[in-house]
Amino acid sequence: MAVVKFTLNGKAQSVDVEPRMPLLWILRDVLAMTGTKFGCGGGFCGACTVHINGSPVRSCQTLASGLNGKSVTTIEGLSADGMSHPVQRAWIEEDVPQCGYCQSGQIMTAAALVAKAPNPTDADIDEALHGNLCRCGTYQDIRRAVHTAARYRRAQIPADEKAQEKGVLA
Amino acid sequence: MIATQFIRVKKLNRRSFLQAGATAAGGLMLGFYLPEKSPLAAQTSSAAPAKLNAFVRIGADDSVTLMIHKSEMGQGTVTSLSMLLAEELECDWTKIRNEFPLVDPAYGAMMGAYGSLSIRTSWMPLRQAGAQAREMLISAAAQKWGVDKSQCRAENNNIVNTASNAKLSFGSLAEDAAKLPLPQVKLKDPSQYQLIGTSKKRLDTPAKVNGTATFGLDIKRPGMLYASLQRCPVFGGKVASFDATKAKSMPGVKNVVQISNGVAVVADNTWAAAEARKALTIQWDEGSRANTSSASLRQMFADLAEKPGANARKSGDAAAAMSGAAQKLEAVYEAPYLSHAPMEPLNCTAVVTDDSCEIWVGTQIQSVAQQTAAGITKLPPSKIAIHTEFLGGGFGRRGGADFIGEAVEIAKALKGTPVKLTWTREDDIQHDTYRPASYTKFAAGLDADGWPVALTGTVVCPSFGGLRNGVDSTGVEGIVTHTYDIPNQDIQYHPPDAGIPVSYWRSVGFSQNCYFMESFIDEMAAATKKDPVEFRRRLLSKDPKNSRYLNVLNVAAEKAGWGKPLPAGHYHGVGIVNNLGSFNAQVAEVSVNQGKVKVHRVVCAVDCGQIVNKAGVTQQIESGIVYGLSAALKIGITLDHGRVQQTNFNTYDPLRIDEMPVVEVYLVENHENPGGIGEAATPTIVPAVINAVFAATGKRVRSLPIKAESLA
Repeated sequence: MAVVKFTLNGKAQSVDVEPRMPLLWILRDVLAMTGTKFGCGGGFCGACTVHINGSPVRSCQTLASGLNGKSVTTIEGLSADGMSHPVQRAWIEEDVPQCGYCQSGQIMTAAALVAKAPNPTDADIDEALHGNLCRCGTYQDIRRAVHTAARYRRAQIPADEKAQEKGVLA
Repeated sequence: MIATQFIRVKKLNRRSFLQAGATAAGGLMLGFYLPEKSPLAAQTSSAAPAKLNAFVRIGADDSVTLMIHKSEMGQGTVTSLSMLLAEELECDWTKIRNEFPLVDPAYGAMMGAYGSLSIRTSWMPLRQAGAQAREMLISAAAQKWGVDKSQCRAENNNIVNTASNAKLSFGSLAEDAAKLPLPQVKLKDPSQYQLIGTSKKRLDTPAKVNGTATFGLDIKRPGMLYASLQRCPVFGGKVASFDATKAKSMPGVKNVVQISNGVAVVADNTWAAAEARKALTIQWDEGSRANTSSASLRQMFADLAEKPGANARKSGDAAAAMSGAAQKLEAVYEAPYLSHAPMEPLNCTAVVTDDSCEIWVGTQIQSVAQQTAAGITKLPPSKIAIHTEFLGGGFGRRGGADFIGEAVEIAKALKGTPVKLTWTREDDIQHDTYRPASYTKFAAGLDADGWPVALTGTVVCPSFGGLRNGVDSTGVEGIVTHTYDIPNQDIQYHPPDAGIPVSYWRSVGFSQNCYFMESFIDEMAAATKKDPVEFRRRLLSKDPKNSRYLNVLNVAAEKAGWGKPLPAGHYHGVGIVNNLGSFNAQVAEVSVNQGKVKVHRVVCAVDCGQIVNKAGVTQQIESGIVYGLSAALKIGITLDHGRVQQTNFNTYDPLRIDEMPVVEVYLVENHENPGGIGEAATPTIVPAVINAVFAATGKRVRSLPIKAESLA
């Protein structure tokens, strides 16, 4: 067992776990934060996607030993009220989920995409979300919702930041 | 008695979130109010909502709670059932709460969601429940006012006195109303529908975008331990002996338990249990199936197909018609075993005491879950509480109770301790109850003009639905149910003893047989170069009972632009099916590049009778198409040395977003009885794609999934 200290959804977090324990199970079984889902345990399906330092990662492939000092964001921390992040708003507007089990992972991947790409194309969306499986087949709705989320996000960003982002991405 | 009270611990954080969210969402309906499932509390608490019938509770605070007696696995049942109730109850849509009730005979002898039956079996009872509750509230109001009932009507959670314009809220009347006898009611005429047939957003969406929706895997009980089970890699094998010394020494491990189906490690978290399981040393008695391979099974099926089978469909004299035919076609079609692979791995949480058993699970059939637990615990069903959670996909897999039985066996061994059994993805793919493989040998006789006069077929497909006169309908549906005008038919059936567990997979026998039948029909059309849509029209047009079927074919062809120019390298294929009381036709637009099939666009026309929620039907059609596309293009289970060779989503890789075509759904609206929709579209996409591949390449794909080398 080893003490691991990291930031979880903006707050300091410390856990005493086996160094090889994946973040997925730290979240789900140790911290009882079950919004992050177990789908395959092999990094193939994306259901367990969280952000580490802003980038989408598979929490089933992220071991406790590598977490010290990192900043982890889960679906529970995406927005304060659980519905106001542009991706969550878009998912509600476009009524994306069916069974809903993969959607935390889809949303976390999409949130990382729209943070980087103000106006993603279908090809950008397909590339970013290729690793997120959905057996209910919500892919068409996900594509539409990512476009909507990007639109919501563009509306939030002040003009000077938009210009800056455009420069960076160009 | 404490032991028989099934009190559910409230999660205050989630509930208060939902209440806060209701305002923030601006009246958008929010799903799940978490009830206290305590029958005793319900009897003694004066604040408990009044029970107007088996489905409806109304609280003093005006809240309407609908008991959702069908599982929610993504098919939108919570939303559509709420619409049925609200249509007649005249309640405020934004105030409906939903609760999954415990098993009760009031919810049917086989309580559950299966066979695309949820709307079909709820259509009358839920509208009646709403109408009954409404009439009881009206009677209670009429008594209070001392007026005739005809002077009162329900409107937006109130009873209105039409003479005085006075109002009494549902909440203020509920307690009195609940004491009244259940009245006879008259249901609305379709012309009066306010909700039924409209397009509504899902009630469960808000909880599914922020991680608060509780699936079976999310259950946590006080003192709960976590289990991982090692099963024999060969179906039917048993534990001969095992050594758990090393596993028991691993961190977090609390116990090792042998059950009928293997050896379970019990630990203080899921990961620790799964890790320690790898350290078990087990000697297996692999049984009689250790030499089974895909090749040996194929040979077994092919040999059977040469022998006469049980009669599944017979009309006219197929042999005579065949010998007199101008042209004869023969083809063998094959489909592999398939795993369901819902995104949420199978899991079940159970606690067993001397006189009770409590289970938290995403199950499609609560009654079977309860019976399974009763068999293991030897407790009467009344002592077994099944708490239904959201299902992270079902597709038929969660209609089985194998995983529930395993959890109950482990919990029984650790009496009094709640245990959550979690399957790994490898467990899921290697120990499924699979869609059976099938081997079907067809022949058709065509007359001089190219129209079919005879169809014969021998279907070899493992049985799981029971034999009737030697035939399992799940093996032959789709072939014996087609309504094409073919005067002489002889379809025979064999159930091979393959030793692989098989069961219901979304759309069941139609999932392979619609492909076989619709592709072979395409072969008949191609034999004399007839247009595939025109060919089908002609074979359906004679019998007026095919009018709805013919209509969806025509709508799909028209919307897809059948026969009109397509982009260079793009080709159309068509498939149609009549299943579950619904009809759908699909046209797929594909291109084939160096053997690689790309599906660009799918047009589906569907007639499912009276639609409840248009958005829900559209979602299910899109969903069914994606599920079928995976089977057409990508997935298949193979066996070697009695073992499934696929392990995880790397080797059993369903459709991904970059392979997703544009799907357009066209709904035919009418007031016919509602048909099933959850499984309707899965079979049709397969022949639509296969037939388009033929149009593109001239190559007929007769086994799945499509392999690039067979087209290159």
